[in-house]
Amino acid sequence: MTPASQTLLRIEGLTIDLPPGADRPHAVQDVSFHLDQDEILCIVGESGSGKSMVSRAILGLFASRQIKVGAGRIDFKGEDLLGVSDARLRALRTRHIAMVFQEPMTALNPVMKIGQQILEVLDVHADGDPGGRRQRVLDVLDAVHLPDPARIFDAYPHQLSGGQRQRAMIAMALVLEPEVLIADEPTTALDVTTQAQILALVREIQRKRRMGVLFITHDFGVVADIADRIVVMQRGQVVEQGAAREVLGAPRADYTRTLLAAVPGLHPVSSAQAASPAAQPEVLRVSGLCKTYGTPGLLPRRGARRVHALNDVSLSIRRGETLGIVGESGSGKSTLARCITRLVDPDAGEILLNDVDITTLGQRALRSARRRMQMVFQDPYGSLNPRKTVGSLVAEGPIVHGTAPAQAWSRARELLELVGLDARALDRFPHEFSGGQRQRIGLARALALEPDILVLDEPVSALDVLVQEQVLQLLADVRRRLGLTVLFITHDLRVACQVCDRIAVMRRGEIVESGPVAQVFSQPAHGYTRELLAAVPGRGQAFGREAGVA
Amino acid sequence: MKDFAVRFMRNRPAVVGLALLLGVVGVALLAPVVYPGSPFEMVGAPFQPPLGDYLFGTDMLGRNLTAAVAYGARVSLLIGLVATAIATLLGVAIGGLAGYFGGWVDTLLMRVTEIFQTIPFFLFAILLVAVLTPSLHSVVFAISVVSWPPMARLVRGEFIRVRSREFIEACVSMGMSHRRIIFLHILPNTLSAIIVTGSLMVATAILIEAGLSFLGLSDANIMSWGYIIGAGRSALRTAWWVCAIPGMAILVTVMAINLVGEGLNDALNPRLKRL
Repeated sequence: MTPASQTLLRIEGLTIDLPPGADRPHAVQDVSFHLDQDEILCIVGESGSGKSMVSRAILGLFASRQIKVGAGRIDFKGEDLLGVSDARLRALRTRHIAMVFQEPMTALNPVMKIGQQILEVLDVHADGDPGGRRQRVLDVLDAVHLPDPARIFDAYPHQLSGGQRQRAMIAMALVLEPEVLIADEPTTALDVTTQAQILALVREIQRKRRMGVLFITHDFGVVADIADRIVVMQRGQVVEQGAAREVLGAPRADYTRTLLAAVPGLHPVSSAQAASPAAQPEVLRVSGLCKTYGTPGLLPRRGARRVHALNDVSLSIRRGETLGIVGESGSGKSTLARCITRLVDPDAGEILLNDVDITTLGQRALRSARRRMQMVFQDPYGSLNPRKTVGSLVAEGPIVHGTAPAQAWSRARELLELVGLDARALDRFPHEFSGGQRQRIGLARALALEPDILVLDEPVSALDVLVQEQVLQLLADVRRRLGLTVLFITHDLRVACQVCDRIAVMRRGEIVESGPVAQVFSQPAHGYTRELLAAVPGRGQAFGREAGVA
Repeated sequence: MKDFAVRFMRNRPAVVGLALLLGVVGVALLAPVVYPGSPFEMVGAPFQPPLGDYLFGTDMLGRNLTAAVAYGARVSLLIGLVATAIATLLGVAIGGLAGYFGGWVDTLLMRVTEIFQTIPFFLFAILLVAVLTPSLHSVVFAISVVSWPPMARLVRGEFIRVRSREFIEACVSMGMSHRRIIFLHILPNTLSAIIVTGSLMVATAILIEAGLSFLGLSDANIMSWGYIIGAGRSALRTAWWVCAIPGMAILVTVMAINLVGEGLNDALNPRLKRL
């Protein structure tokens, strides 16, 4: 690091007020930190910690007029950004301080070409001579390693992949060569392999242009890969800040320690349960499963896109075993879960559940077979009917299948206790519970039917790391007590590694590799598996139980 | 439910609307008590101006206009409510089936809905009443037939939105029947939209009824607002109040219903208003 690094941003005693009636009076309270040239500063925290609010306060970009800065200073090279006029703030935006957002699809205007959108930034700031602007846009597209900049210039956002869109966003932020880049969860919506590329790009550009980067994220893996210094936030307050090595290696605050311990490690738990006996009968056997989306319809259109979501997929699960399906978005893993639970009809292949092929069952037989396979969904907010009490949500399944209501309700009470909620939850509505509690309710609902196989579709992806750890522990506990057979769908290799006995890696509708977790993680046979493993953020850092921090 | 009442009561225009509407309903209920005779009965000299012997004066045949307007409220509200109830049932059934099952069911039902929407609705109502001979039943029937398509489109959209939520997938995977999913899981989640649209439909139905009876297309033995205006229009220059007073009654009632509908909308969907 060059000794000549100067401080770019200095935030002192920043307090942001929330409108009356919110769950707390201040979004952030008394936050102070600084950002220097030549460094990447990560603000890390769970959802609701106020980390995004801080980044928005810097450029005066609040979503609602009701949110106001209550106190503090935001000092940019000697100028207090909270005191300057709107015109001055506009001039500073992008020219000196630029921002990259989380959702590359919604942050770009869908009806404008990429090149035009970047050109507009130059036009608005009337920067340089108009004739040379197009070339500057092409240069910056090249700098973010977009292939064929001339083609990208004339492309619309929907014609690019997620990673390319995020590169275009970064190009737009960089075109005026700002001193400060604020990146708010820029890789959260991306797949791991794309994420790894974008992180490398941010690092490269920051070095090359000697910028200060304020990087906001919830993912400690990403932090470990990219941060020079770290600010940890909890409920609107800074609990710890310091150099990356110190915060990750020897955290001082209890909260940081808990967070770090909650990140799942990358080494399989070599437990006794892994020795699942091969003698157990197969509960589920899937062979030659195919599913294609984009049916031709009555009048087949020429060149209509057909997506092979599943292409000749075969797998089997024995009783008491947990099989993980991992893959990136679009790999077909969710389609597989939905075919197995018959929410989607497969085009070909068979699904044997206890040696009965459920693809050929009629309406009525299928309805009663459904109780043998239950699903827990990804979205804790969308998967529970908001108009029903928790008790009736859990008891309804058994009642539909002929259990006496009184018995179903007492079973519902037992199950809610099993998943760690008390009986008072019965009469309350889903919106009164947090995300993690809702996933517990979803699990209780699935268990109420005593299924032979439980399909979990990204059950912890929408949860914060601490809650994720609790739900994963609950799952392990319930699995052991009830001897459940589980199909676990996830995109997160860390989670898969902690939960599964065996693992199958999917790409473009096919299973490219499968085997015991330990084997797949230590000696990946397929190139794609190796690529996935290499892209997991924070590989070099020991997390969770491996770290020995407790 | 309590939250809902509190939110509704905080909305001042909606409360004013509700008070006006309750007033109209009260007048309609009390009409036979206060004026026991027929509203068609002649009580005094024709063309008496308002605030004389009779509050609203008399019309060209010497009938008490106050009694006529009070009885007219009964007809307007009755037709508005019954026609809306029928149109809502029809719209919810058609839109719900189309939205839930999708595919060819959706295509078929929506094409039928579009056919109804391409015909100018007032002309269609006139045609139906004229063909079926004017009577209370045919007016209600005609208003229902022309007002269900927007409800069907709305309910279809709502059903599609709710059906794609994960909790419906959970219901399917628990082995529930279509009937159970539709009535116990999807319908309750679309109810607020249906209530709001339905309440505004009552206002439209009252307007259509007034229009039809203005043109003489209603039961000649029933006193209704549109009929009074239609009969009084020839004497507009000499006796403005014969048209103006029932006209005001229509204005007040429709405005009250619209205010209540808006209030329901804001109270049932509080998140829309906050930003």
